[in-house]
Amino acid sequence: MTKKIKLSELGSLFGGLDIQALEGVKIEGDVEIDLGQLGFNPQMAYALGHETAQVAFHLLNISRILGYPVDQMLGGQAAAPKRLSKLIESKFSVGKMEEWKTPIQEVVLGATSSDGGSRKSTVTLGGENSLPYYFDSPMPHRNYVTMDVFDMPINMAKAVKSNYEDVINSPAEWAKKVVRDFGADMVTIHLISTDPNIKDTSPADAAKTVEEVLQAVDVPIVIGGSGNPEKDPAVLEKAAEVAEGERCLLASASLNLDYARIAEAAKKYNHVVLSWTQLEINAQKELNRKLMKQCGVARENILMDPTTAALGYGLDYAYTNMERIRLAGLTGDAELNFPMSSGTTNAWGAREAWMVSSPLKEDSDWGPREYRGPIWEIITGLTLSLAGNDLFMMMHPGAVNVLKEITQTLYGSKETEPLNIDNWVSAVL
Amino acid sequence: MKLNSPLQVYKYLPQINCAECGDATCMAFAAHLIDRSKKLEDCPPLLKDEFKKKYIELQTLLAPEIRQITIGVGEHARKIGGDDVLYRHQLTFFNPTAFAYDVWDTMQESELVERINKIQNFKKFYVGKFLRVNMVAVRCVSGDALKFAGTVKKVSETTGLPLVLCSFDPAALKAALEVVKDKNPLIYAATEKNWGEVAELAMNYKVPVALFSPDLDKLKSLAATFNEMGIKDLVLDPGTYPQGKQLKETFERFVKLRRAGIKEGQKDIAYPLMAVPLGAWLIYKDAVTASYWETVLASVFIVRYADVMMLHSLEPYAMLPEVHLRDTIYTDPRTPVKVAPGVNEVGSPTKDSPVIVTTNFALTYYTVESDLSSNKINCYLAAVDTDGIGVEAAVAGGQLTAAKIKDTFQKANFDFKEKTTHSTLILPGLAARLQGDVEDATGLRIMIGPPDSGRIPGWMEKNWPPKPK
Repeated sequence: MTKKIKLSELGSLFGGLDIQALEGVKIEGDVEIDLGQLGFNPQMAYALGHETAQVAFHLLNISRILGYPVDQMLGGQAAAPKRLSKLIESKFSVGKMEEWKTPIQEVVLGATSSDGGSRKSTVTLGGENSLPYYFDSPMPHRNYVTMDVFDMPINMAKAVKSNYEDVINSPAEWAKKVVRDFGADMVTIHLISTDPNIKDTSPADAAKTVEEVLQAVDVPIVIGGSGNPEKDPAVLEKAAEVAEGERCLLASASLNLDYARIAEAAKKYNHVVLSWTQLEINAQKELNRKLMKQCGVARENILMDPTTAALGYGLDYAYTNMERIRLAGLTGDAELNFPMSSGTTNAWGAREAWMVSSPLKEDSDWGPREYRGPIWEIITGLTLSLAGNDLFMMMHPGAVNVLKEITQTLYGSKETEPLNIDNWVSAVL
Repeated sequence: MKLNSPLQVYKYLPQINCAECGDATCMAFAAHLIDRSKKLEDCPPLLKDEFKKKYIELQTLLAPEIRQITIGVGEHARKIGGDDVLYRHQLTFFNPTAFAYDVWDTMQESELVERINKIQNFKKFYVGKFLRVNMVAVRCVSGDALKFAGTVKKVSETTGLPLVLCSFDPAALKAALEVVKDKNPLIYAATEKNWGEVAELAMNYKVPVALFSPDLDKLKSLAATFNEMGIKDLVLDPGTYPQGKQLKETFERFVKLRRAGIKEGQKDIAYPLMAVPLGAWLIYKDAVTASYWETVLASVFIVRYADVMMLHSLEPYAMLPEVHLRDTIYTDPRTPVKVAPGVNEVGSPTKDSPVIVTTNFALTYYTVESDLSSNKINCYLAAVDTDGIGVEAAVAGGQLTAAKIKDTFQKANFDFKEKTTHSTLILPGLAARLQGDVEDATGLRIMIGPPDSGRIPGWMEKNWPPKPK
């Protein structure tokens, strides 16, 4: 037979049995606990009575399991807080990611004289065994920055342009300046004048510009087309030819142009192909596969550009796309485990980077744009560095400086005196 | 959460397909519980006595891996924590990092009020909403409990934003708590030295409390001890060092703690994490450099797992990227970012008003729409279905074409002869190359607008109304 008792009766039931701990428990309301076939008798309660606190907690737990809001009813007194006089000893530990078994492909850009080129230094990308800067495995190579140089004057945000006014008509001088003054690890020469809708300069003219840049600097270079899918293959072919043996990065092979011609030029003249897709992991797999299987490009000659969207303008896609690609690579997808490059300069397309002030009257003041632009480029790049991006194509010298500082700090090559932060709360800032 | 398939959840549900939750079947509801788009309380039968046991069990089984806690009260109360995944594409991140900006007890009152107003009034329009910052952290710099309490009082009179009370001195925290005990502030912080007294405060005032130690063994000890004492609303501060190897180690601590909490289910440390990018000001005195570096630190820890952070710089060039990056990381990747295609009215257009084309990518659409409405430009704005791709990429990728544009107006039954006096269509500057095609396809006069909709007002002054042919 089922015996039902009311929670409010518990006190009196136990009261006759000399259970001290319940005296402090005030039960309000009128909730019934069904004790089912267990029954309830004084002997049982007495047996439990020696551990009075436990009885109380046990019964409360029964009611809790049955769904009664005992905590509110008890006015908090039942769960009287425990005081501890000593810290509980603890050791923290956490495992490494066992599933990250496949390293990212190492790719070398640039070739020195001993390898058939004329560069003084080379840049090695990739080789990671974990997400960037993670403790699982040290990152074998730091992040690198290649700075943009254009083969003709272009529209630039004011904050960028002010750095290049003296060299804007000479790609060679421009290239020298970014290496000498701004710490560029590499130079990207963008052959935009070849676009039929711009100046339609010939592949031969473009090749001459590439030669000038190779003469002007001794760092590895990226050769960028105009983005015109009809014209780019011819331009990049010719440029690749004059730069034979230099292991330049040819930017870019994509699914909407004749990527096979670019792959062929890279193979023939010893360069690296930039495999560029637009924010779509499956397209990236497809293009990489085609470059390897169909065109026969060796793994160590492929770099990926999965597309960079600016902070506030699709960076969520760009970030997650890169992070997914990197995780897929580390967990064994041999079509995605290549190092990545980001067109971080795209950050300057965000209106927050270049507009004098907000076009919206409701917005808080945007402050001086001279400071907004560079940081837009920094944060766009930094976010992608955390997703696994290796090489950054950038424009603003200040942005390059700060991005290098933070990525190299996280990489582990920046030493500083230890700082005590224990009193940050009371610091006068 | 401990369950990971709808089928597992389904077993605990009433299985009567009553549809009271809005889903046709209990299985569909189960799927929504798994992706956290619905709550248990959306199922009325489950709340009845007969299902109470299942309800309680589900509450435990569906609880997020990282504890979710609330700071503050009322409309400004802020939830932090509550995450279930290490990477946003695996589900989404919940409860965007709360930004707490500091004030301190040695400020002049007028200076204090001005700073608080700057914090609580900051807003930045973005995709149909305003991005804002969330909390005020009051630092005890004076070392004087009464002075600290006085500042806290003034702050709470000035703003409804949740407060963080910062001092390592339990007496100062107690004095401040007396002033704002009904405001559910976060107290910062319990350490190896003061933990007993701070725990007492957290118990007596029933407020969330931050634990601070850069030593993860000690941090875990503190958390286990507080937990044992029944204090569960905890925030862990593993110490944010602003530079060098110490910063690299800081980054590693955040990754370790979150991995232990989510991947390994280590309940002892599965609490929200606090970062302190404000530490940039301990190493850089010049405001621009410090603001830049603070923004850099904030960005690192927005991406990697901070649930609340302490910030100092109110410079727009620091705040704008910070609020945007937080939105970037916490935007739900499962939600389509498209608006419905069609032709919409902005303001009250007449027959002389312009007709403007853009894409149905939500960001593009809302940007154009807000630029128009904010500048009181009455017009028709057409959202062409580009699969949610922006103008430039859609032109390159073939999602924005003359045929698509024509189709948009046809489907909306928008007759230019009837609705306008000018039979003119304005294309985005970035779609200029479609001009000829659209002219041929529609027979309309095509004008090319500016490449950025922020420049539409200036463009209108020069170009609108169009000169008669």
